[in-house]
Amino acid sequence: MLPELSLNVLDIANNSIRAGADLVTIQVRIHKKEDLLSIKISDNGCGMTKDQLSKVEDPFFTSRTTRDVGLGVPFLKQAAEITGGSFEIKSIPGDATTVNASFGLTHIDRMPLGDICSTIYTLVLANPNIDFLYINEYEGKEYQLDTRSFRQILGDIPFDTPEVARFIRKYLNENHIEVYGNESF
Amino acid sequence: MKSLDELKAIREAMQAQMGLRNEEGDKTRLVVGMATCGIASGARPVLKVLSDTVMERELTNVMVTQTGCIGLCQYEPIVEVVEPGKDKVTYIKMTPEKALEVIDQHIIRGQIVSKYTISETIG
Repeated sequence: MLPELSLNVLDIANNSIRAGADLVTIQVRIHKKEDLLSIKISDNGCGMTKDQLSKVEDPFFTSRTTRDVGLGVPFLKQAAEITGGSFEIKSIPGDATTVNASFGLTHIDRMPLGDICSTIYTLVLANPNIDFLYINEYEGKEYQLDTRSFRQILGDIPFDTPEVARFIRKYLNENHIEVYGNESF
Repeated sequence: MKSLDELKAIREAMQAQMGLRNEEGDKTRLVVGMATCGIASGARPVLKVLSDTVMERELTNVMVTQTGCIGLCQYEPIVEVVEPGKDKVTYIKMTPEKALEVIDQHIIRGQIVSKYTISETIG
């Protein structure tokens, strides 16, 4: 198992990247009243066939050739289901894949969300040719990061320019604190 | 809410310097394995310290990037150093501290840190 949900997000988003997506959308939502933490990752990559989709939750299935097991999806599924939550993958071959995981927010077995800002920062910096839309909502308040609007402003100045990278880090951290205050989940 | 205005100011300041940047082909690449195996063994903090350090030290000829599983899961986190015109060097079982050493010794001083390379460690 991965010790933080934010590491699961990083892992699942890397599946989208391997699927050739050029836009990956990551949504995190927390609603106390419904005792819900939900994570949704969707992409416009190559999608999966019905056959692949039926096997993807099996740890001994992987499309890669470098090893024989694929634990990313089973990890997230298990992490969700042990909290009384649910897990679902939908995919249209050649078009899109969506992963939806929901967790019992206060369930004793729910892993902490962890450092989600680092996950997003890492994805954005290490994958300069892919766009990310990240939305984090807590109790009706939300912040988002859309690399497409960053790109529009920056033109051909890359994200890994120190000034830009520092801005992205601050943008994530400050907006996260504004929405969550001192609370962490 | 932190706005994008600051980004516009950064762009204006940066545009003057753009001509000085190296082409991607001439750059040294630090490649971090970021599949489930890498992530589970601590690749995210390794990647973060690499990209932070490259920026802090203004190593403009170095780029930090990621890859999937390269089939050596038991040796993750793995960092590959790919320098133009040289053989690739593979460092295994990286930590943020070891990654800093690799930047100091290998990237800045040009000395391969043999004690962490795959060839030295597992023969």
